This record gives sequence, C-alpha cells and structure tokens, in this order.
Amino acid sequence: MKKLNKSTQKLITSISVIALIYIIVCIMDGTGNLSSLMKGLLVPVCAYSLVAVGLNLCVGYLGELSLGHAGFMCVGAFSSAFFSKTFMDVIPDGPRFFLAIVIGTVMAALFGFLIAIPVLRLSGDYLAIVTLAFGEIIKTVITVLYVGVDSRGVHASIKDMMSLGLEPDGKLILNGAQGITGTPRQSTFTLAVLLLILALIVVHNFVNSRTGRAVKAIRDNQIAAETVGLPITKYKLIAFTLSAAIAGVGGVLYSHNINMLVANTNNFGYNMSIMILVYVVLGGIGNISGSVIAAAVLTMLPELLRDLQTYRMLIYSIVLILLMLFNWAPAILKWREKYGLTTSAIVNKFKKTKEVR
Amino acid sequence: MSLLEVNSLGISFGGLRAVDEFNLSIEQGELYGLIGPNGAGKTTVFNMLTGIYKPTDGKIFLDGKDITGKKTAEINKAGIARTFQNIRLFGNQTVLDNVKIGLHNSFEYGTATGLFRLPKFFKVEKEMDKKALEILSVFGLDKQASVLASNLPYGKQRELEIARALATNPKLLLLDEPAAGMNPNETRDLMNTIALIRKEFNATILLIEHDMKLVSGICEKLTVLNFGSVLSQGNTSDVLNDPEVIKAYLGE
Repeated sequence: MKKLNKSTQKLITSISVIALIYIIVCIMDGTGNLSSLMKGLLVPVCAYSLVAVGLNLCVGYLGELSLGHAGFMCVGAFSSAFFSKTFMDVIPDGPRFFLAIVIGTVMAALFGFLIAIPVLRLSGDYLAIVTLAFGEIIKTVITVLYVGVDSRGVHASIKDMMSLGLEPDGKLILNGAQGITGTPRQSTFTLAVLLLILALIVVHNFVNSRTGRAVKAIRDNQIAAETVGLPITKYKLIAFTLSAAIAGVGGVLYSHNINMLVANTNNFGYNMSIMILVYVVLGGIGNISGSVIAAAVLTMLPELLRDLQTYRMLIYSIVLILLMLFNWAPAILKWREKYGLTTSAIVNKFKKTKEVR
Repeated sequence: MSLLEVNSLGISFGGLRAVDEFNLSIEQGELYGLIGPNGAGKTTVFNMLTGIYKPTDGKIFLDGKDITGKKTAEINKAGIARTFQNIRLFGNQTVLDNVKIGLHNSFEYGTATGLFRLPKFFKVEKEMDKKALEILSVFGLDKQASVLASNLPYGKQRELEIARALATNPKLLLLDEPAAGMNPNETRDLMNTIALIRKEFNATILLIEHDMKLVSGICEKLTVLNFGSVLSQGNTSDVLNDPEVIKAYLGE
C-alpha cells in the first residue's frame, strides 16, 4: 500500500474518532441513556464545530485573524431559513433541505467574497477590526429587515411590517428584530456529523492542493511568495471565501435546529465571533481536529454546569484559563515534557502498546 | 540584444536618492557580479528589478520587453527569479513543497480539482513531485525532501532558496549575497553549485556578493556601486584593478 502522508493519517484518525463518538451517542440514545439536554446539544456542537473549522482555515492557513465569522454563520442561517420557510409547502422536505444547505453555503461564500475584497487589502489587527465591523453590520441589517412574500413576488423594507404592503394571503418571512419563526427543524445529528466530516475532508484536500500550498506560502512569507509568481490577492480571496462558506454551513445547521431564529449579540454578534476564536485558539491554530474538540467541549460545558446556576460562568471561565495555560504556558509545557504528558508523547505511548500486542 | 537592459534607473525615498543613473546590460548566459560597500544600494537595485520597489526613474527591459514598475508576480512570470539576503523560505512547509510552490505556475489545475481530488489532481501532483525531486537532486537535497524547510542547516537553506527560484524556470536569476554567513568550505561548495546551475539550467545569473574570493573566482563581469551610483563597470580583472574601486571598496 502507498504510504499515506501525515495529514492524511490525521484526517482518517479524526474521522474515525468522530464516527466512533457518533455510534456511541446513537447507542446511548437508542437505549434511552441520553438526557434531553444532551440531545439538544448534539446539533449545535456540530454547527459550532463547523464554524470553528472555517475560522481555523482563515486563521491557521491564511494567517489572517477574522472576528466576523459569526456574521457569515448569520448569513448562512438566515438565507437558508428564508428559503426553507418560503418554499415550505412547495418543495418536499428532503430536496428542500438539501437546497437550503446549498443556498446557505453559497450566500455565505458570496458575502465572504464581497467582504474579502476590501478587507484583504489590510492585514493583522486592522483586518481583524474591519471583519469585526462587517460581522456587526450583517447582524444589525438583519435585525431591521422586514421581508415578505406574496403572489406579486418578494417585498423588503427596513421600516416596518406595514410598509411591505403585503396582500392578505401574503406571508411575512423575516420579521425585523423578531427574526424568522417556524423554520422547519430538519437538522439531524446524523446529517450534522456527515457535514462536519465533509468539511474536514474539504479543508484537508484544500490545504494539500496546489491552491492550498500557495495560500500557506503567502502566510509564511508574502514577499517570497510574490517573487515566485503567486498572485497574492487571488489566493487570499479563495481561502477567505471557502472559510466563510464553511461557516455558512454551520449557520444552516443552527437555523434549522431552532424554531425562532433571531440575530442578537449572543448568537451572531461579536460575542459569538470571539467564542469561535476561542475554540480555534484553544484547539490549536492550524489544527483542524483540535477546533472540533474545543468547540464540542466548550459548547457542552456551560450546559452541563447548569445545576451550579450563578457559579456557572465563573467555573466556565476558570476552566478556560486552565485549559489555555495547560496548552500554551511555557512552564507547564516544560513540565508536561518532563513527565511525558505532551500530546505527541501520549499518542506515541498508545502506538507502542499497540505494536507490543 | 542583451537579456537584461537597465537604463538610467533611479529611486528616491523622500529626500534620499538611494540609487541614481544605474545602467546595466547583461548578455544571455553571463555570470554578472554587483559589488560595493554596505548601503551602496545593491539590494535596492534587486528590489527594483523584481518589482518590490517601483523605480522613480529609468527603464528595465527583459528580453526586449519593458517590465518597469510591473508587479512582482508578473515580473517572475516574465522571467526573473531571486533569492534574499536574509533567507525567506516557507519555513512551515517541507523542502519538497517549497520547490513545488516554485513550480506553481508551470503546472496547472484548478482549486475545484484539488478540493474534489479529481484524477487530474493525482496526475499533475505526481508530475510536480517528479520535477521537484529532479531539481532538488541537483543540490543533493532530494534525500531531505520531507524535512521542514526551517529545520535545514543554514547552508542548505540557501541552496533550497536557489532551487525554489530555479523552479520558476527563470531567464535571469538574481542571488542576493548567496555566501553570506558561510564558512570557507561552504563558500567553495556554493561556487561549485553556481557553476553546476549554469550548466544544468543554462541560467544567466546576477549576484551581489562581498566575498571577493567568490566574486573574482566566478564572475565574468562586475559593476561596482558606491553611494547609489555606478563607480566602475566592465570585465572582472579590469574592475578589480581600477584605482577608484580599490580606494572606495577594496582598500589600498
């Protein structure tokens, strides 16, 4: 058999781990061992993982810090929910949801592309600030937007519902700050896991292709990349657009998992953008499977700590700080190395025991 | 017609005239040296030739085509590749990938082909691997193809940078102080490597160097820069015996 390279091995490992967890969860669900709280978290975990994977592509491989990925998630969520609700009675469930995923992804990619054109002229902190602003703009525009559909077509307004002038049988889809209500809840755990695996494969293939190599070269040394003839802007645009598209898929899953889709600071604002960045940094910049683990753990944690009520966020933040120290603090890294507690050492131990057997 | 023709090139940074009235003409297949004291403007000339700086005056012609003020990537496609005084490799990628990035424009498949791993992806990648290893083997780097570029020893990093530049299939190769920081043995190896490059890749080379042993050993023609303007120009032995050059640079 042909020897697989390191990143392919890693991809196969992460996919098998995800598949294993999926099977365990399904068995637990089948035997009634899964609490309704946990059940409700399954799809959001995958949705946030997807957004984190998208952001990690941007931060880890393009090397640019984006604080607007919640905005792209928002675009994916609202465009797909809008489509699903408009065609609720026209297209059957299966194909409609498939189309909704495609539309959410394409719309997020389109917004990513359009925003990237001005934003990628900047770099570093400036880029981060501008993406933050764009994320907020997307969220704010959606909260003041009223869109309805009737026999004459689509009507939009930023004033109020009445100014749409809908016919009596018209349907109000996006109701300003109240968002979209009654989106069909079609996101299933199975589908979410499949999409997550698909995203991991796409990112892996991208990063290890001709385009991905160029993107990494630009990250490593832009001037050198230019002198070997790489068109910088083109590859930055491609990477940013793909990153936004993956975040959009997360948005589609998110919006089809809840009845009331509202754009507020906690779910699509800068809070969320920062949260996603926390997943990425904690999981390791450029480490795609790490993002998935971090997103899963940190989404579950506050919910599992719900019994502690007031102390919940306190404990959550302490856990966050401890994890960050455990992963990055030089003194602790040294200590881990001394006692063989680094990730690679632990993985090697497993490999060795396997060989002995 | 000469391969590279530079006419009264000049650049100012604010009130500072870094390079003034710089003329140069390099024939196909020549090995040309650019020398001069620190701060004379040698690297600035390189940066103008590769489009990193836009010259304020003058024209640059490569193979008869005007490339003045074009973008760096376009100038590379037109046929100029370079290395840097402070090595600029893609440190987080393997030696092989560094050369494959150099091959980027010679092999073509789209982003979608890469994303979905269509048959063309495997075919082109295989060809790229083969070509990259071929170039690496000239430098004896093919054994270390899977090593991260930043983990190579210093001398090898310099060679990898040359290999990457050659991968873009340039008509003219610019080497910015290739022997900087090398010991005499490494410098001797480098001289052999440069001779080998000329033979294998049929390359025309313009190099900046302070190591006079290397310069007098391999360069056929020299230009001496001092305070941004040309002090002396011509055959190596003539230039090195020019009293002006001895006074300004070599020392009496």
